Amino acid sequence: MMMKIRITLNGKSISLEVPAHRLLLDLLRDEIGLTGTKEGCGTGDCGACTVFLNGKPVNSCLILSGELDGAEIVTIEGLKIGPELHPIQKAFIQDGGVQCGYCTSGMLMMSKALLDENLNPTEEEIRFALSGNLCRCTGYAKIVQAVQDAAAELRRMRAEG
Amino acid sequence: MKRPEPLEIFQPASVEEASAIVKEKGPGGRFLAGGTDLIIAIKEKGLAPKYVVDLKRVPNLSGIREEADGSLTIRALTTMREVEISPLIRKRFPFLAQSAAEVGSIQIRNRATVGGNMANATPSADVAPSLLVLEARAKIASAGGERVLSLEEFFHGPGQTAMLPEEILTAIVIPPTHPKLVGEYIKFSPREMMDLAYVGVAIALVLNGKEKRCESVRIALGAVSPTPMRARKAEAVIEKQIFTEELAEKAGEEAAKECKPISDVRSSAEYRRAMVGTMTKRALLNAAAQRPGPVPWVERRERRY
Repeated sequence: MMMKIRITLNGKSISLEVPAHRLLLDLLRDEIGLTGTKEGCGTGDCGACTVFLNGKPVNSCLILSGELDGAEIVTIEGLKIGPELHPIQKAFIQDGGVQCGYCTSGMLMMSKALLDENLNPTEEEIRFALSGNLCRCTGYAKIVQAVQDAAAELRRMRAEG
Repeated sequence: MKRPEPLEIFQPASVEEASAIVKEKGPGGRFLAGGTDLIIAIKEKGLAPKYVVDLKRVPNLSGIREEADGSLTIRALTTMREVEISPLIRKRFPFLAQSAAEVGSIQIRNRATVGGNMANATPSADVAPSLLVLEARAKIASAGGERVLSLEEFFHGPGQTAMLPEEILTAIVIPPTHPKLVGEYIKFSPREMMDLAYVGVAIALVLNGKEKRCESVRIALGAVSPTPMRARKAEAVIEKQIFTEELAEKAGEEAAKECKPISDVRSSAEYRRAMVGTMTKRALLNAAAQRPGPVPWVERRERRY
């Protein structure tokens, strides 16, 4: 069954005709060409496919295109601020929070979700927020460090207005 | 990972319309709420629904509301994350918020709904024991009208409920509770929220006076019988008695006797039974030691082991 949907994707409104059963993940990667969002497990355990749907982080591998009419979606491609990388992205690079990189877009989106709500998270809160994001390079220590550094930078930016 | 097969999606604008679609289209369809069970069943278990009825366009099917009589209505499409962070639920029933926080990752909890979780009737559903100890009721509607069942009557077996195919769970209602009610939910699962409960134990307790006489106690267990269950023999050990650690231990022994666990990939039936005893005692002691009110996540987590 084909469906006409209108969505806002990374700030731009677009109209699409899509098969209702197409996963949001496949819609993004294969039809729209935004390949930054990754598929890990396909069952909502690993978080590699995390995107924002109506302002909230979700697993795009568990959502059908037919559910999306009117939705607002932000992917990793929409994270940077103008031409600049987001402070979270910069912190992951600076701290070595990226190893093979496959989990990274999901980690970044989930870190953004956390820092949008809490600019001063404890290590415990960071690990809690990232419970649904698996890194098989076993690099969590540097990821947690990167989120802490990003939080410090975002606090500094807010203080300076 | 397998992809869903082509399917027809309906997006009704009312419960009556949703129910009428199922009546007309017949068997083989599924209701869709958050999709965190349904899409996984399609991908992993080869479920191939002929059609899907997406309930998310039905107005007034989500949200948490305190009614004038003190009862609390959680509409069916309220997400687990909304229950977890709701100031109202954290204040009145922190153990219910805790049990919602035990369901998968934040990404999953932003989609998974309370109604979907109850309607799927998984024996290990984390919020089910907490709702059972609060003696919650299930509001069910169809084109033919509305009925209300206790949540205990609602569950019939793994994946089985009292609902007819065309009926829709619209809300969970928690009746007014004693102002001194305290509670606890312990999920025993080595991978915490990222795996299903091996054993879940919920307690709701009202203790009176300095002597801690138990005015009422409700104990419910998850993942150790075909449905989430009340442990009434364990409750009878403590009801109207002066609460002590020895009684909590005896109640744990009773709960271990009356549960009906199976062996599966997560653990053996014997292990589950032993853990029911231990966790019931621990949950009772935790509940008795706290006052009603919100408790931070880290502190609750430390109390588990």
